[in-house]
Amino acid sequence: MRTALSISLTLVTLAAGFGVGRVVFARGPAGLGRHEEPATYRSVTACDRRKTVIVEGALPDQPLPAAKARQVAALLQDLMRFCDEEVTARMTSREEVFLSVNGLPYERYVLGSELPYLPAHGKPHTDREQAIWKAESDKIVKEGHRLFHSSDLGKNGISCDMCHPDASNTHPETYPKFQTQLKKVALLRDMVNWCIENPLEGPKLADDDPKMKAIEAYILHQRGGVALEPGKH
Amino acid sequence: MRSLDQKLKEREEQRRRAFAALHNCDRRTFLQLSAKLAAVATAAGAGLAPHSFQIVELAHAAQKEGGETSFRFAYISDTHLYARGMSHRFVRAAMKAVEDVNALRPPPDFVLFGGDLAQLGQKEELDLGKQILSELKVPLRMMVGEHDWYLDMGDKWRDLFGEPVYSFDHKGVHFVTLNSVVEKDFWTERGMTPMERMVTVAGLDNPVQSRFEVGEEQRDWLAKDLAKVKKDTPVIVFSHSPLYKYYRNWNFWTEDADEVQKILFPFKSVTVIHGHTHQLLTNRIKNISFHGMLSTAWPWPYAPEGLPKITIQMDRADPFDQFDGCGDGTVGVRTDGQADKYYNLWDRSPVTVAYEQVASGKAAPAGPSY
Repeated sequence: MRTALSISLTLVTLAAGFGVGRVVFARGPAGLGRHEEPATYRSVTACDRRKTVIVEGALPDQPLPAAKARQVAALLQDLMRFCDEEVTARMTSREEVFLSVNGLPYERYVLGSELPYLPAHGKPHTDREQAIWKAESDKIVKEGHRLFHSSDLGKNGISCDMCHPDASNTHPETYPKFQTQLKKVALLRDMVNWCIENPLEGPKLADDDPKMKAIEAYILHQRGGVALEPGKH
Repeated sequence: MRSLDQKLKEREEQRRRAFAALHNCDRRTFLQLSAKLAAVATAAGAGLAPHSFQIVELAHAAQKEGGETSFRFAYISDTHLYARGMSHRFVRAAMKAVEDVNALRPPPDFVLFGGDLAQLGQKEELDLGKQILSELKVPLRMMVGEHDWYLDMGDKWRDLFGEPVYSFDHKGVHFVTLNSVVEKDFWTERGMTPMERMVTVAGLDNPVQSRFEVGEEQRDWLAKDLAKVKKDTPVIVFSHSPLYKYYRNWNFWTEDADEVQKILFPFKSVTVIHGHTHQLLTNRIKNISFHGMLSTAWPWPYAPEGLPKITIQMDRADPFDQFDGCGDGTVGVRTDGQADKYYNLWDRSPVTVAYEQVASGKAAPAGPSY
């Protein structure tokens, strides 16, 4: 794979260097974002048709100077690391590079570094995806809310919310910490289990019990935005 | 070599310090000190027995400016009983409070029960509560809370304790008991069963319910009741929820508090004693002092906002100690009609919030964070 890529890149390099072959020229490409429209430019597209470099200040009807062509080739070769992405690069006349990945706004780029914006799965999250993910995580939080407000976890009618309305006074951001009363380092789930066994007089939950996961999800969700301070008393 | 005079002076100074310490010390120090002093007194043939700390509180109050204690009443509040046998932790706690009150010397003039006797308003819970409170050796004044009310809208509670809204006079003070936990009907259009309604109201952070209020009918009644009372007669109001706006999301709140306060403003001395918030809580609005009561069942954390600035906060309770942050207490009504509030925290030093402290309006130091 790597070998195949470098062969095709060599071809592009040569083509760009001699100002012939697959050099695509266009005036006024879309997606320049906040940058000013350069006076003159030409664009060079790699053979995968997904990587384009716009060379600002280059004359549209002249071959690129050899040094410039080598820079463009090096940039394209570098960008080929990101096989699946649609990348447009702007190379300014001062040789700064800005990248637009998959149509997102231009960000400054240094050769060899990570892409300026690369979502976890290499593509920007669509609204639909985000709505689905939110619904899925809300589900476990909602179940946690139900358990937290229900006396089902215990045997004496007491529920978590009776001492912790809105999960207040649970300070999940301070775990793990040495819990002096337990005489050992505790995670949030250890304290949840302590409360289930003592005030609620119920059977403790396994660490990976879906109920425990839901309770943790609810407590953490309620505490969103609070800085983590593990070990704090 | 020191002179005899000097020695005597030093001894006198030591004695003075020991007695001064008695007035200001916490419970544990007091017990240590009083044991020593009792030994001294007995040796001197004074015939004094070691006694409970409350008497010292009285003596202390009597020395303050602005009036001696005229009388005292005790309070027990928010027992939240489940009918699950006598070994249930909340039952044990309620019985502990009854024992506390019965042990007070001199006995208080009466006991106020501050509401939320039951957890879910069930007949068995209310019956059990009545049975426990019947052990009290002093007269009992009952107030209703939302946990007593929303299963049958107060039917059982009224059967046991009579009407929840009433007034009475005691030693020159006019007392009023309100039902401040009236909620607008949120259940009918949702087709809720009585138990669903009860559980909804019982959930402090349940946003489905409406907010507590005294309501127009009771406000009219209150205005009429107070019309007969001279403006310089001290007035003490019992309400389950705080009669001011503290934190709406948890119903630490009375929606029509402003209107109720307006009725109370013309009086020279007004004190509101409320339950519901399960914490040390103090407020002052114009001429009205507000004091929260402790719960016997569990303490609540302070709300994230709205806490009155003069409240001296109790520290976070130790969850490993059932009784920490819980308790009962007394209210010392002074000859000038103002009140000193005494919090008998079970597993830590008791706290007295004197009237002078409330009237000063001084902000308390920052409390614990939740």
